[in-house]
Amino acid sequence: MIPEFGHYALILAFCVALIQGVLPLIGAHQGRREWLVLARPAAQVVFLLLATSFLILAWSFYANDFSVLYVAEHSNSQLPVIYRFGAVWGGHEGSLLLWIFLLSTWTVLVSQLSKSLDDFMVARVIGVLGLITTGLLLFVLTTSNPFERLFPAAQDGRSLNPLLQDPGLVFHPPMLYMGYVGFSVAFAFAIASLLSGRLDAAWARWSRPWTTAAWIFLTLGIALGSWWAYYELGWGGWWFWDPVENASFIPWLVGTALLHSLAVTEKRGGFKSWTVLLAITAFSLSLLGTFLVRSGVLTSVHAFATDPRRGIFILIFLALVVGSSLLLYAIRAPKNTMGGKFSLSSRETFILLGNVFLVVAAGSVLLGTLYPLLIDALHLGKISVGPPYFNSVFVPIMTPLLVLMGVGPWTSWKDSNLMTVVKRLWLAGLVAIVAAILIPKVMGDFTWLSSMGFMLAFWVIASGCLQIVRQAKAGLPTRSFIGMQIAHLGIAIFVIGVTMVGAYQEEKDVRMLSGETVSVGGYQIQFQGVSDEPGPNYRAMRGTFSLMRHGKVEAVLHPEKRNYFSSTMPMTEAAINAGLTRDIYVSLGEQLEDSAWAVRVYYKPFVDWIWGGCLLMALGGLIAITDKRYRVKLRKLVA
Amino acid sequence: MKRFLLFLFVLLSASGAFTNVLAEEATPLADDPVVEQRLISISEEMRCLVCQNESLSGSRSDLANDLRQEIRTLIKEGKTDEQIRAFMVERYGDFVLYRPPVKPITWLLWIGPFLILLLGIAGLLIYLRRRNIEMVKTDLSAEDNQQIDALLKVSEKESSHD
Amino acid sequence: MKAKFIIPLILFLVLVGFLAVGLNRDPHEVPSPLINKPAPAFELPQLADPKQVFTPASMKGQVWILNVWASWCVACREEHPILIELSKSHAAPIIGLDYKDKRDDAMALLANQGSPYLLAVSDANGRVGIDYGVYGVPETYVIDKNGIIRFKQIGPVTMELLNQKIYPLINELNKS
Repeated sequence: MIPEFGHYALILAFCVALIQGVLPLIGAHQGRREWLVLARPAAQVVFLLLATSFLILAWSFYANDFSVLYVAEHSNSQLPVIYRFGAVWGGHEGSLLLWIFLLSTWTVLVSQLSKSLDDFMVARVIGVLGLITTGLLLFVLTTSNPFERLFPAAQDGRSLNPLLQDPGLVFHPPMLYMGYVGFSVAFAFAIASLLSGRLDAAWARWSRPWTTAAWIFLTLGIALGSWWAYYELGWGGWWFWDPVENASFIPWLVGTALLHSLAVTEKRGGFKSWTVLLAITAFSLSLLGTFLVRSGVLTSVHAFATDPRRGIFILIFLALVVGSSLLLYAIRAPKNTMGGKFSLSSRETFILLGNVFLVVAAGSVLLGTLYPLLIDALHLGKISVGPPYFNSVFVPIMTPLLVLMGVGPWTSWKDSNLMTVVKRLWLAGLVAIVAAILIPKVMGDFTWLSSMGFMLAFWVIASGCLQIVRQAKAGLPTRSFIGMQIAHLGIAIFVIGVTMVGAYQEEKDVRMLSGETVSVGGYQIQFQGVSDEPGPNYRAMRGTFSLMRHGKVEAVLHPEKRNYFSSTMPMTEAAINAGLTRDIYVSLGEQLEDSAWAVRVYYKPFVDWIWGGCLLMALGGLIAITDKRYRVKLRKLVA
Repeated sequence: MKRFLLFLFVLLSASGAFTNVLAEEATPLADDPVVEQRLISISEEMRCLVCQNESLSGSRSDLANDLRQEIRTLIKEGKTDEQIRAFMVERYGDFVLYRPPVKPITWLLWIGPFLILLLGIAGLLIYLRRRNIEMVKTDLSAEDNQQIDALLKVSEKESSHD
Repeated sequence: MKAKFIIPLILFLVLVGFLAVGLNRDPHEVPSPLINKPAPAFELPQLADPKQVFTPASMKGQVWILNVWASWCVACREEHPILIELSKSHAAPIIGLDYKDKRDDAMALLANQGSPYLLAVSDANGRVGIDYGVYGVPETYVIDKNGIIRFKQIGPVTMELLNQKIYPLINELNKS
């Protein structure tokens, strides 16, 4: 009975979302107040209905209700409770419900935090979000109903793919979706201002914190996914340029461009139509990503089980939403007025140049991801585009961007004296060159690639330090300034992590008998044997390894080889000894003859700086959002 | 002398200098580490055909194991990387290569990014030039500018208050 | 309406076009580069009598079919009755390539379910499979009188495939 309530809630939500979408927009167009004011309450009702529906689905998982098909396909009574909760979004139907629920969450937040925004704007923004919600609910109700029943109910479920039975599943998808879906707010604001015909700086001021918030979530979501893959998959990789990974990274790149462009539009009123286009593009890319992952057009470990009907629906939805937005853009955008004047050497130009690089990078990753599809659609055969391509293309494009990152903040709005900028930066340049030469030497092997990586990272860091010093002399810095410094520092830290691991990691594949050791990265790892360990829903062979340096045991590591009852493929759980300057990673392979084991060990220098850098980026964004400009609005709300 | 050597021995043992010597060092899994290195670098750029987007180097599937063994044999026979790639492509097509070969159908792929970059920068420069010309055309007198600034300040105050 | 503002829309529509076509394509299907190339030579022991060998060269002069299968392969069970049909029609002889299998298991399966094969050979270590670009059983090749591979089916053979592709192709190849 209860799952049916969940289904009914979805149907009701669809009806109310339709009202939320259609009436306020018409109301704004025709000046009908009675319809305008429906926006906020409708959004709140939809939120409550979707929350109910979502909770009911979660309850079905918790209570092991295997009469619900989706639960039977993704859960199992032996599954630990926390993973039963994560399993709610472990498959297509549930994750889509999560998507829509989060969309409605963002909508209701916008409706609550926009009291000082004029009613017409609010109506349009919530209306656009309502239309999107309606379309997605229609999709769920017609092709992807999570509450579909299974008669007769299964004795027990099929269980969750062992790879997904991990805390990563509990956090990564919600975080990622908050980001993806969050760009819908900037999108809605952009469409609303195109509809109203008023493309002014006010729109940018409102969009900025919402966009930054979405960007923070997306950054964390991608970082979590990368870290999860690193420790879960058993062979130490952290990014594979897999189509689904790219589907989240491309909107991130455009979102970053959008963040910077919004800054210019807000401060100087310039780039209005470019920023609007970026806002439309960022969310369109989120939708495109959703299509790619669920339609079966691309091969990926992440792809959901596919059904051509779903692919067609999402494609039509995508075509309608993005097509109509771009049409609106083509008609209305040219009418806007230009912002302030700025010279070729101004901060505006540098930000715009940075935008170009970010968008080109996004375009390149998109090209590489879709190219096999393109070639296949033209019946020209089947090719693969993998990491070698993306690495060859992405790195050269990002390099100038990193240089710009060090220069840009030194330039002034409207106009700046480039000679002055150069004079202020010479020290940073020196630090960069010294780092480029020294660090590879210290690490023991000079390569041009690693040298360049360090040079760029330290260029950004040194430039940032000089900026902070200069700003400190002028008085207390704003949170905006601090946020920017921390976020840019995060990128530099990220680059250091990537460079270090890429150039200086060590890997050894050995066969080990109990008592033998293997050395890697200055450490000795001694094998102490393997024991049998039962788990809640698996049986494991648990290895014991002592991590030693200079004869002293620093840690004991326990990698496992697990056989889940619900799966025939054995799973490897690597053991990682994490540290600020290195990870030691031990992975148990197969058991060999005469009780030896195949073991793989890695020394990964500074690998945690990769995700540490991402955390800093997110922190920078968070600090920037709490700038007093936005806090004033919040205080007003509460009063 | 003997006592000194004994003392040295005890000192060194305590500091762990002999750890490696006393505990057995594990043997590499591969018979020939040099061959293995080449195998890894070649197979990393190839796709595992039965997997959902994994490299031939990382996959543990049966076919991947067989193909890696095949490549080891080819390496020991003295074949070059090019020849080994050709061997795989002959049997499985371009699909098996993660680094798309540069041929007419992939020109767009390889040139594309740099083309887009050039277009982007060119577009930017043209836009900036045109903008400056526009700006010059619409430059107003100093008085007009003052009037406009005053009006703008007033309207901004208004719109930030609702 | 200034022209440049419509460019994003146009680019997007082109993209949608490609995606729509892409929906009908299967990204997992890998076309064989061996089509219209000579069938790779090999010498393998026969399943029934391992002392006897078989080489594809012995099939020159007739159109024949090479079917890659194994007793452990579930999908092969699906296609087995269809192969029996094909063998009964005498359109072309079928040679079975038993891929990475145990001889006993393979013999038992053929004894139980009947054999569509003129004869079967054992590719115990899968080496020949690699030469033929096999990546998932079952796979089936149609080879012409000169030993050139003319068609490859990845996955089980269905009645539909037999009627629409294989029979017509065999007829055509027999005429030349």
